Amino acid sequence: MNESLLWTFVRIFVPLSFVTIGGGASIIAEVKRQSVDVNHWITASQFVDLFAVSRAAPGPGSLLVSLIGFQVDGVAGALVVTLALFAPPSIVLYGVAHVWRRHRGATWQHAIERGLQPIAAGLVLAAVAAILRSIEGGIMAWLVAAGALVALRTLRVNPLVLLAAGATIFVIVEAYWTPT
Amino acid sequence: MRLVEIFEAFATIGLTSFGGGISGWMYRAFVERRKWLTEEEFLSSLAMCQTLPGLNVVNMAVWIGFRMRGTLGALAGFVAIIFPPLVVVLILGALYGRWGHVVVVHHALVGIAAAAIALNLNLGLQATVVAARNVIAIVVLVALFVGIGIMQLPMLPFVLVLAPISVAAAFLEERKL
Repeated sequence: MNESLLWTFVRIFVPLSFVTIGGGASIIAEVKRQSVDVNHWITASQFVDLFAVSRAAPGPGSLLVSLIGFQVDGVAGALVVTLALFAPPSIVLYGVAHVWRRHRGATWQHAIERGLQPIAAGLVLAAVAAILRSIEGGIMAWLVAAGALVALRTLRVNPLVLLAAGATIFVIVEAYWTPT
Repeated sequence: MRLVEIFEAFATIGLTSFGGGISGWMYRAFVERRKWLTEEEFLSSLAMCQTLPGLNVVNMAVWIGFRMRGTLGALAGFVAIIFPPLVVVLILGALYGRWGHVVVVHHALVGIAAAAIALNLNLGLQATVVAARNVIAIVVLVALFVGIGIMQLPMLPFVLVLAPISVAAAFLEERKL
């Protein structure tokens, strides 16, 4: 356990928790920037691995951040990061939910709701760019991602099946085909 | 309502939902099966939980728990939606620490990540279709994508500047209607 590191986690993830807009995917680009580029806790390749683990595991996808905390500083790191990211917004919700409900349908609520939509959309697309940049495997990764998107949109495949297919394709191709 | 029931309901959701889209699971569990909420209550709660900061699912767990059993219910929802899946994820993390350097494992994970990108991209495209309804929204969306996704600038200042602008624009637009 590294106390100054744990404080760094709090300093980075508590502010970030308040700009988790429209869901956990919105902060992935910043999580990558902080843990790979700024603080060098993990490599880009480890980031991609942990992203994959978090997607294949059950529960909120943002447990990716818990995995990074675990990788860097064990169980203590995982717990601190998890609470830093999940607890502050929950406390805010607990505090303001009643006021929010009382003014249900108010103009300012619609404005916040609609005004945050482009923020959330832009951030999710930024997350895609951040992961694509980190991922090695070049053209194969792009092909698998594109194929998965088509499968998702046309066949409504179960996400787990999709992830398993991605893993299988990569293992087989990497075993038999080495780009120079 | 016993706290154990709230805990069990959210732990089950946390442990059985994969690949995002947890709100669909919640709808089935709380509106259709347990009938804790009406459809209208569920949808307005979801809209609130998506708009306020935080993860939608965690917010929903806190809010539904609170509706059912006050402060303790909120706490039960919070703990149940996070910690059981966290245990699973950390076990996987420990396995990764042990076997992650094996080449085949790494290739499999890159393959999973590549496929998972599609889930995020799909989410982003759906959100873009909904969000891009006027010039300001499109400018905000593109600015965030380019600034954070391509140029890799820090996210906080970007959001702290653009979010108020975007909300103010939406407010003026609403007032005109």
